[in-house]
Amino acid sequence: MVETVVFARPQALAPVPTHYCPGCTHGVIHRLVAEVLDELGLAQRTVGIAPVGCSVLAYNYFSTDFHEAAHGRAPAVATGVKRARPDLIVFAYQGDGDLASIGMAEIVHCANRGEKITVVFVNNAIYGMTGGQMAPTTLPGQVATTCPLGRDVSLAGYPIRVAELLATLRTPAFVARAAVHTPLHAVTAKEMLRRAFRYQAEGTCFSLVEVLSTCPTNWGMPPVEATEWVEKNMVPYYPLGVFKTPEGVDRAPRPAPAEEG
Amino acid sequence: MAKKLMKGCEAIGEAAIKAGCKLFFGYPITPQNEIPEYMAHRLPQVGGTFVQAESEVAASNMIYGAAGSGERVFTSSSSPGISLMQEGISYIAGSELPVVIVNIMRAGPGLGGILPSQSDYFQATKGGGHGDYRLLVLAPWSVQEAADLVQDAFDLADYYRNPVMVLGDGLIGQMMEPVEFRAERTPCKPLSPKAWAATGCNGDRPTNIINSLFLDPEVLERHNQKLKAKYDLMVRDEVRCAAYGTDRPYEVLIVAYGTVARVCSTALDDLREDGVGAALFRPITLFPFPYAELRAAAETARAVLVVELSTGQMIEDVRLALEGSRPIHFLGRQGGMLISPEAVAERVNAICAGLRAEVRHG
Repeated sequence: MVETVVFARPQALAPVPTHYCPGCTHGVIHRLVAEVLDELGLAQRTVGIAPVGCSVLAYNYFSTDFHEAAHGRAPAVATGVKRARPDLIVFAYQGDGDLASIGMAEIVHCANRGEKITVVFVNNAIYGMTGGQMAPTTLPGQVATTCPLGRDVSLAGYPIRVAELLATLRTPAFVARAAVHTPLHAVTAKEMLRRAFRYQAEGTCFSLVEVLSTCPTNWGMPPVEATEWVEKNMVPYYPLGVFKTPEGVDRAPRPAPAEEG
Repeated sequence: MAKKLMKGCEAIGEAAIKAGCKLFFGYPITPQNEIPEYMAHRLPQVGGTFVQAESEVAASNMIYGAAGSGERVFTSSSSPGISLMQEGISYIAGSELPVVIVNIMRAGPGLGGILPSQSDYFQATKGGGHGDYRLLVLAPWSVQEAADLVQDAFDLADYYRNPVMVLGDGLIGQMMEPVEFRAERTPCKPLSPKAWAATGCNGDRPTNIINSLFLDPEVLERHNQKLKAKYDLMVRDEVRCAAYGTDRPYEVLIVAYGTVARVCSTALDDLREDGVGAALFRPITLFPFPYAELRAAAETARAVLVVELSTGQMIEDVRLALEGSRPIHFLGRQGGMLISPEAVAERVNAICAGLRAEVRHG
């Protein structure tokens, strides 16, 4: 009898359970990154940069070398690694508090310098690890522990659309937004990640894939409702699609419709 | 190699290149801009990389990343910029990475001024950033010594896997003096391959993780104690200091570091001509501080004079060294004002007069 393996753990993913909450999609995103590293044959020369936030322990979940960074500084650490060793594949894995709040200067300048690194930006519209505080990406009216009556845009401003913001930079880059709340979306997210890592491997440009993610624990809802919440509330505000490619567009094109994802 | 007239900042940059450093990440701030400018010009000539960071916060995290990949890396800044770098420096110390940081001190606090000062002694020697860590701190008194210490700093950083700070005041950065670089330089410490570096893993070793996070308190305590054992080795093996005029009897021992010690040595010559018994003790490593050596040098003195461009910071280590055994006087200027040899001589004379008066009445 011939056995055919049809599904296995990617080699770039360490054989350990994660600490993520039930229904959180960090695990799916980790897996997609690992699959892409395996399929492109990059894992053995990859160095990951872990953030501060829920994915602070990402260095335990990948079987690649890793750096743990200070809160928000992953793009600066990635810059240091890549400039020291341009032959390495360097990716930063960051959440929305890490990247879009405390680390906004680092991500903007890293993208603007055109560092040949890849950023996986996981946006779940809330601070997860610290217990559900308002993030720069928290939606208008969304309740968080530091905006108990819902985000008041007259005081806290509107949620920052990172992909669109970075797409306005003149420096060539690949910037896209994807989601993983359905299998179809996850397949598209993987294609975005593959393009991002391929651009880096070819030495073409900076690449960032924003991935909409769930936080059932801090959103206060069961996992199934959380995936529905992504579709109903996040996708309309954070449209999915490719916002910038290195092939010459200076400004963000119209984002692709959500259905296309 | 022939002597060359160089500005301190440029000599520091060239010294880093001579030490094999190919990477510089930094942000402009006066009075050390000539260091990044020199590196921007020189590094491409030797196949290296210069990056102007968006802030000192970013620069300190870039050197963290570069050091973690096992390459020699260096940054420089001045006091307010060094404050911003404390985040990265703490992570670098916690993750046990080798980097060299040059602080060309200016007067503070806050934005302060741009003129020479020694007001960052506490920050450099007592931690600076958060957590329980130490930097190895070297304080040159001439451009030549700055060049020599910067080269040694890379070896010390690699050997101890610890950040090393070269602490100079604005005078060191801005003055021009003859400098000589040795053609063949032997590292001041034995160096081994950086097997711990995160450079990609093909499965022939466990993954290398550059990290300062230890959530288990027992594990973190063991890590803290490992760091402490390393600092103890520095205290045992790395103390550097110099003494001048201690071969003849002296009543007053002057203690000063950096360019202030140069001023004091000029005063020493004048005092000798006038027949006044004074000597000079100069710490070269500020951490580890030469406590035992200072105590020995002060044994035959009747009083000690500490001279600093601050309101008195190193004086606390002098007090620890002498444990109340000698009266300690202080002469300081602040805000970028300098101390003249005449002012030092005048204070030494006043102390001597007081000592003699004390003898007459006692």
